[in-house]
Amino acid sequence: MTALIETKDLTITFGGHTAVDSVTITVPEKKFKSIIGPNGAGKTTFFNLLSGQLSPTKGSIYYRGKDITRLSPTKRTREGIGRSFQITNVFPNLTVLENVRLAVQSQAGVRYQMLFHYKKYHDFEEKALEWLKLVLLDDKKDSLASNLAHGEKRKLEIAMLLALETELLLLDEPTAGMSLEEVPAILEVIKRIKEQGNRTIILIEHKMDMILDLSDSVMVLFNGRLLADGTPEEIMKNETVQSAYLGGVYE
Amino acid sequence: MDLFFNLTLNGLATGMLIFLLAAGLTLIFGLMDVLNFAHGGLFAWGAYSGLWVYSQTGSFLIGIAGAILTGFLLGIITEKWIIKPVYGNHVQQILITLGLMLVLSEMLKVVWGPNQLTANPPDYLVGAWEVGDVIIIKYRVFIIFVGLLIFGGVQYLLKKTKIGLVVRAGVMNKEMVQALGINIQKVFMFVFMIGSGMAALGGVLLGPYSGVIHAGMGMEFAILAFIVVVIGGMGNFKGSILAAILVGLSGSFMAYYVPDLSLAVNMLLMAVVLLVRPQGLFGAKG
Repeated sequence: MTALIETKDLTITFGGHTAVDSVTITVPEKKFKSIIGPNGAGKTTFFNLLSGQLSPTKGSIYYRGKDITRLSPTKRTREGIGRSFQITNVFPNLTVLENVRLAVQSQAGVRYQMLFHYKKYHDFEEKALEWLKLVLLDDKKDSLASNLAHGEKRKLEIAMLLALETELLLLDEPTAGMSLEEVPAILEVIKRIKEQGNRTIILIEHKMDMILDLSDSVMVLFNGRLLADGTPEEIMKNETVQSAYLGGVYE
Repeated sequence: MDLFFNLTLNGLATGMLIFLLAAGLTLIFGLMDVLNFAHGGLFAWGAYSGLWVYSQTGSFLIGIAGAILTGFLLGIITEKWIIKPVYGNHVQQILITLGLMLVLSEMLKVVWGPNQLTANPPDYLVGAWEVGDVIIIKYRVFIIFVGLLIFGGVQYLLKKTKIGLVVRAGVMNKEMVQALGINIQKVFMFVFMIGSGMAALGGVLLGPYSGVIHAGMGMEFAILAFIVVVIGGMGNFKGSILAAILVGLSGSFMAYYVPDLSLAVNMLLMAVVLLVRPQGLFGAKG
């Protein structure tokens, strides 16, 4: 089992505050890893370091054995790292299909001959539609993204992320801000992605049942430090984790 | 009836010229967040270079092509060497583009002299059609036709091509376009080039319309174009043609009925829009 992404002593300090503190992890190919931890534990900051939105103060990140610590976010996307954000990020005045098509064409290498590729246009639309089907949003393809419900926007965002066809998916709280009725639909989408079996996924979530259901391994962050890292069962049994984060709820 | 028709046609033609200038301005602002005060300079350069090519070749159409080419070229140079170093810094952008505007108009005087030049339409566009008691001046119809053609072309580009989708998305949120792994710098240059080409086209069309061209013409039209960009909504391409027609018509009718108010009315229009709908008449909120 080869490691897809690894961090070594990853640390970032803002002023005097250490948000992520010497975190060393390995995520093998095609595995599903979840990150849990209380608010302010440094989960999103850790994602920002992986995707390149932030540069670490210390430590390094390897992707397929290559040091990517100093690469820009765009370059990391091209290497194969795609991420979603906690706040939904779609283009409001484009249709659902256009949103995904944009991601499809950027994946296909929009950098060359952008103007005169009209023939490929239909291929792009078809490809985009496939992704929409995967996230169960194809019936809304002609709506403006701004008219979607929050949960649907999330799905759209995930479809765009999928369309980039990156090997690694970083999902930052896909159920954040969602009504209870919308959560199962997102869970279903994530399951479908997992079942495709060709991606490595790292998920930040608060919903424990979801994490236990999906994850191959779980890491726990607490005050920026790696408190525990293991299979869901190991994490549930871990006493430090229970007292620090789970508070005994899942005993 | 005759008068009404003529004023309308006149207003539409002027509106189209303003549109050609404002369209580039609004796209450049929407996509790149750059207020390009030098845009009027490209308009004037289009007028001079087009007239020069026209006089050398004897063909008005080749003159137009020459103007557009000049616009493209100046656009690329401006983006690459003047605008790129100051992305994200509005104060520097205003200073450097205003400076460029002055340099561009002075350069015109260096090359073609300080006096205004006369410009005439080609023979086939001179004169008018008479329909009943209505007189339709050919050249005005020609301008309206070209304006609509360009509008249709750019609309097609925005809606039906790969780069068009990137431009529309970029106007909404360029950070996210970059997050998708798209090199937006190249798109910036492309949009700047197209915008400059349209401005230059507007300039070369204005020549035979007003009969004379002078180095300060860019500044005059740029003010109207800025008003149009505000009224139509910053970054809104469709809004720019509607607002340009509105400004063109109001200018044309006011110039006839209340001449003293003809420039003020546009300023007033802009002030009212800013008060009531700051995002512009056709702009999306937020």
